[in-house]
Amino acid sequence: MLRFRDAFAISPFIGASAGAVRDCRHTCRAALFVAAGVFVGSTALAAVTGSGHDSVFTILVRWAPLLLWGFLFNLVISVLSMAVGTAAGVPLGIMQLSPLRPLAWVAGLVIQFFRNAPWLVLLFMCVMLLPFEFHVFGVRVPFPDWVKSVIGFALPAMANVAEIVRGAVQSVPTGQWESSESLGFTRGQAMMQIILPQCIKRMLPPWMNLYSLIAMSTVNASVVGVNEMLTLTSQVHAAEGSRPELLAPLYSFALVCFFLYAYPIGKWTERLERKYQVKD
Amino acid sequence: MTTDPAPRAGLGETIVSLRDVTKSFGLLTVLNGISLDVARGETICIVGPSGSGKSTLIRCINALVPIDRGSIKVEGIEVNDPKLNKLALRRKVGIVFQSYNLFPHKTALQNIMMAPITVLKQDRAEVEARAHALLKKVRLAGKEDAYPGELSGGQQQRVAIARSLAMQPDIMLFDEVTAALDPETKKEVLFTIQGLAREGMTCLVVTHEMAFAREVSNHVYFTEGGVIVEHATPAAFFGHPQDPRTREFLSQIL
Repeated sequence: MLRFRDAFAISPFIGASAGAVRDCRHTCRAALFVAAGVFVGSTALAAVTGSGHDSVFTILVRWAPLLLWGFLFNLVISVLSMAVGTAAGVPLGIMQLSPLRPLAWVAGLVIQFFRNAPWLVLLFMCVMLLPFEFHVFGVRVPFPDWVKSVIGFALPAMANVAEIVRGAVQSVPTGQWESSESLGFTRGQAMMQIILPQCIKRMLPPWMNLYSLIAMSTVNASVVGVNEMLTLTSQVHAAEGSRPELLAPLYSFALVCFFLYAYPIGKWTERLERKYQVKD
Repeated sequence: MTTDPAPRAGLGETIVSLRDVTKSFGLLTVLNGISLDVARGETICIVGPSGSGKSTLIRCINALVPIDRGSIKVEGIEVNDPKLNKLALRRKVGIVFQSYNLFPHKTALQNIMMAPITVLKQDRAEVEARAHALLKKVRLAGKEDAYPGELSGGQQQRVAIARSLAMQPDIMLFDEVTAALDPETKKEVLFTIQGLAREGMTCLVVTHEMAFAREVSNHVYFTEGGVIVEHATPAAFFGHPQDPRTREFLSQIL
């Protein structure tokens, strides 16, 4: 059996919480404690040291709606990236397994290229190189930075989804291919009706892991000026006079938001992995 | 080494004919000049030690394994032909595997119905009626909606037989279909194959079940090292084995 998760278990959130402590409940509590601790501790510290200004609580309450709006934008970008990446990655992964050598070779090349490229570089290239608008049949279609960044994240997502598909297809016992072939199924029919349906369960956990990573990496879009949570956090910090004691509470707020989003996904993934421990 | 198939009387015309079939996997020669004929309605058993090429031999017949040299004719279709119409061949030849290979995401009934509907584009209602009849035939009526994971090994194997029969083949290949089963469930499966043979289905059976070979087959082939060492009627094969290698094999297995 293949354990895809091993390949993706590098998320700081999932990795750190899953690694050290065996017992799942202890891990959960410890991780929550650390995340909440940084947030509360730094908030309290800022409240004590920042005399003469608005208290840090007031500031957080004031800006929370904006920051959460930014966080929502991160989530929208992550969902769209994953959707585009999956839509492109599944066919690409199937192409890689094609008996037509040139087709498999081209697909493999594309996959390897985007899998081994730093995500931030891909993001930069997409944002810098893609036009800011298109003209389709005389209609001007704007192409804002956030859409370009969706493509920037979708490219590595696509390559990784393709690899997940390849791994899942190859983990189906060869007997399934043999019996479909002997019943007269063409390769395509066997793939669509017999092999791929069996792969969905196997693909789900690594796919969710990948999604977590993409969601976490959407903050990279701040580097190219997309108004997502990290960009807004730094703007809020500037608007509040760039006081150093506000750094920790503001950025911890972002951390906690991402943690609360990604941690349950990680937990759910683990549950699914246990449930789908493939028994053929 | 080539063994000429013995002439046989009282059975139909030759339906499967192998001539000097050779197959190597890398440096390992698995089949080294196999020739045999099977008449319509006949049941032959292929026995021999593990690694003697029995499974490869049977897989060559429906082109799951391409051969290097020689000729395999199935109802007039030359299998060793680059322009082989694989679908035409596979409509005539059904195969059942040791590991069942049922589709785990489909129910027993769906497993049986899939190929006729997808591959042969047959009418769904007609296929469904046939699938019900086949399940009854393999004595699994009532298990229509069971998934393979919910069935015992013997039950899965009988669904696999029904699945192959749904394509209405003229020839059935059985590749050590009882090797993974316990003695009780083995019986059910062997009984099913025996029933098919009695009905006049042409069966090629690779097996270690000597009692089955003795009772059901018209002809027994003993293979070792990629050649047919001996072939005879079951009475002669088990009563008076000629080749010393056959005698040694039988003395070890019986």
